Amino acid sequence: MKNFEYFAPETTEEAIRLLDEHGEAAKPLAGGTDLLIFMRDQKITPDVIVDLKGINALSGIEELPDGSVQFGSLTPMQDLAVHPMMRERYPHFISSIREVGSIQVRNLATVGGNICNASPAADTPPTLLTLNAQVRLAGPRGERVIPLREFFVGPGQTALERDEVLTHVILPSPQPRSGGCYIKLANRQAMDIAFVGVSSYVVLDEDHTVVDARIALGAVAPTPLRVDAAETILQGQQLTKEVLSEAGEAAEAASRPITDHRASVEYRRMMVKVLTRRAVLRAAEKARNGNGR
Amino acid sequence: MDAKRWIQLTVNGEEHEVYVEPRRRLLDVLREDLGLTGTKEGCGTGDCGACTVILDGRLVNACLVFAISANGKSVETVEGLATDHLHPIQEAFIQHGGLQCGICTPGFLMSAKHLLNSNPNPTLDEVRFGLAGNLCRCTGYTKIYEAVLAAAKNMREET
Repeated sequence: MKNFEYFAPETTEEAIRLLDEHGEAAKPLAGGTDLLIFMRDQKITPDVIVDLKGINALSGIEELPDGSVQFGSLTPMQDLAVHPMMRERYPHFISSIREVGSIQVRNLATVGGNICNASPAADTPPTLLTLNAQVRLAGPRGERVIPLREFFVGPGQTALERDEVLTHVILPSPQPRSGGCYIKLANRQAMDIAFVGVSSYVVLDEDHTVVDARIALGAVAPTPLRVDAAETILQGQQLTKEVLSEAGEAAEAASRPITDHRASVEYRRMMVKVLTRRAVLRAAEKARNGNGR
Repeated sequence: MDAKRWIQLTVNGEEHEVYVEPRRRLLDVLREDLGLTGTKEGCGTGDCGACTVILDGRLVNACLVFAISANGKSVETVEGLATDHLHPIQEAFIQHGGLQCGICTPGFLMSAKHLLNSNPNPTLDEVRFGLAGNLCRCTGYTKIYEAVLAAAKNMREET
């Protein structure tokens, strides 16, 4: 591994100043579970590392006055996974986190890193998209809050400027009679990367008609992807077999997968259809039973 | 560029001062500077768990942590398990044949210790979940799970 200069700022302002000062040469370090491997393989060779883990303000979980939850981008995934309020309010987000790597990895890895690394196959972004998550970005020109939907640009490419830090993730309060589900298709149940990931979030009314449906896909496009066309099909409908099939087909049509050593285009597309159906159905079951938003 | 820095690590209760280049991983410093070669490098990419250690109470892959990021922290490695006799988890691995080539064993021992610290009476499924970040290419896992369940029982009976 190439050598580098190491900084461990204690405040976000200091981190931004360092990133600004060193420009292209600098790379922010979060959990390191992706970056260390890229550096080891010399795919990334920064001259300067700005380690964000020592910034206390970037860790922790808090409820905001409007009922939404904001957590620091550097909060280890494992801390979110065992947090009682997070488990109660956002169970399908927690189950998405538990699909990442292993306990060892989740103790280091952060959701901020998972988002900024912008792997199309990452496990937490599809579910965060279904929760209408927003991200708080801080830079030398001040702070901005944008929907996560607008954050992903391409594989490894995001709306984050070089001198900006993703400081927090904001999750709106879950609605009554809502349910969510994340299905990851992979060879193993731990330490694996998704062939296809489908996340769903469904809100029903008292007659079990769909009031709101959100579907997001992972590993089948250059970025994690919300599928508006499939969501519109479900809106205002009872979840019959026909409606579910139609939504699955719309998700398949929206997907743009590639063939690689994990799976082929054909298999991925077929699985998008099947898993979209399944994820919506499971989310709706949870919404009906009121046991998993 | 001499970016070397003095860092302080407490390893298995003993304090160490080490002069490190930032690029060196916790795994490198444990093995090369402190001579603690019990912690193994398998894949070096956080996939296999052979380098598992406990860092400030958290189970982590030592290949995914820069030593400099661990400055001031406390590390437990496999060398810290045995005192004047083997740890009950080590005894159980021997009793139940929970190892063959042995490369993965230190990592499994640390994951098992971490699991039993927080859950002294795990189910088989909980053992499997707790050890999911450790790969073994020899045993087929069954004997490892049996060893951990047996160790848990022995440790409960001891206390």
